[in-house]
Amino acid sequence: MRAPSFRWHAATSLADAARALAAGGPRALLLGGGTDVVPAIKRRQYVPELLISLRQVAELGRLEPHGASLRIGAGVRLGALAADDRLGVGHTALRRAAGVVASPHIRNVATLGGNLCLDTRCNYYNQSLEWRRAVDYCMKAPAGVALAAPAGGTCWVAPGSPRCWAVSQTDCAPALIALGASVTLVSAEGQRTLPLADLYRDDGMTWLTRRPDELLAWVDVPAAARSTYWKLRRRGSFDFPVLGVAAAVELAGDVVTAARVVLGAVASHPVVVPTESLLGRPLGDDAIAAFAELATRLAKPLDNTDYQLGWRKRVTRAYVVGALRELRGDDPALLGVLARRQAALIPA
Amino acid sequence: MPPQPQPPQPPTAGSKVVLTLTVNGEAAEVAFEPHKTLLEVLREDLALTGTKHGCELGECGACAVLVDGKPVLSCLMLALECGGASVTTVEGLARGAQLDPLQDAFADLGAAQCGYCTPGILVTARALLDQHPAPTRPQIEEALAGNLCRCTGYLSIYQAVEQAARKAR
Repeated sequence: MRAPSFRWHAATSLADAARALAAGGPRALLLGGGTDVVPAIKRRQYVPELLISLRQVAELGRLEPHGASLRIGAGVRLGALAADDRLGVGHTALRRAAGVVASPHIRNVATLGGNLCLDTRCNYYNQSLEWRRAVDYCMKAPAGVALAAPAGGTCWVAPGSPRCWAVSQTDCAPALIALGASVTLVSAEGQRTLPLADLYRDDGMTWLTRRPDELLAWVDVPAAARSTYWKLRRRGSFDFPVLGVAAAVELAGDVVTAARVVLGAVASHPVVVPTESLLGRPLGDDAIAAFAELATRLAKPLDNTDYQLGWRKRVTRAYVVGALRELRGDDPALLGVLARRQAALIPA
Repeated sequence: MPPQPQPPQPPTAGSKVVLTLTVNGEAAEVAFEPHKTLLEVLREDLALTGTKHGCELGECGACAVLVDGKPVLSCLMLALECGGASVTTVEGLARGAQLDPLQDAFADLGAAQCGYCTPGILVTARALLDQHPAPTRPQIEEALAGNLCRCTGYLSIYQAVEQAARKAR
């Protein structure tokens, strides 16, 4: 499986990358670690005219305190991030999420920015060109190549639907949204900063609010007193999440004063669950159960990833309960088989 | 916008680009078509066929090599990204006729059956032992979590890594 020809530009600075992206037009593509972009190029989901390598852009590799937050460059490798001592207990959710992406080999190359911009995925889209041709392609990539907006074609997951239901399967986005992160996008015109949740759109085709001439430069990550990330996948390695639950809470004594819970892989965007019902009271069993019921109602998985659809929705409840019980201090060993599996998957 | 100076780009030779990198400890200058992955350049332009084509999509680990000491998947890395890098393939593990302790242990314990995953596993385990000379079983499992083996069931592979670590001490 060969990549097609393309022009190449090795950017030397953020400004240089932004200039090249603006000049390159709609068929210019940014290359961070390339672990998702290169397979997509081989499968002709992307056919770039120009590839802009970000490898030599030193600004993207920085990781440093910024006020009370941690500023993490988009080019920081996931494996290095998960092992970095500057991520303290306040960034547990991010450390765990970065540490369970794909496999160790991929984490040695894949970048945080790439994981945050990860293309939405679907059983009808992440296939070879021949497979997709055999089903007459889908709405996300009619005639083979992914488009930014619908131009005909059928969504094979929901054939009557006018929209694409491909799934957001980034691990790091739910974790960072739960921690309250903001993201800075840079273009030749300037830069803008927005809450990370606002980077995402509930649309399998136009899943980011990033403009085509913008590149994700860094995230600012506040610390949270307690946070965690639970990931469901068939195997303990390689697989994208079919469910991710990120949670962060602040407690005064045992009373919850702030909480953020975000679901991954149950929609085309990370789903932020309203947490009002958790505030001003302890994380008791009843409060957790009621909240998990709410979260499960918001999870709208479709039949386009691994595992059975109905089970994926049901397991959302168990994962939300487990994550919140972990945050209130329950012994993970007592959280049942799902929690034990989580504990085994999370690097120490 | 005023004209901007162009950053240095790899020199081209016809339709090929020329890069200098270190392969198995020796400097190598190689010309290749710019769309090639590191895997394709290693096998086709440098005749190092020990590294295997597997899934070519990052889902198996057969193509693992070390780049600057870290295990990576050569099928996902464009060779253009490797200028100046130090690459170690399975051919670089032995010292002359003397096999790496890992290779001896894999042969002793039957940790290679069909052998297709073996080069990727050997270099990945070499990186582990370079960093952790006495790894625990969970550390070995985690380090090799990106290498699929459909023959052995992994147990003999883990035991071989442990044996190589013991003998090196």
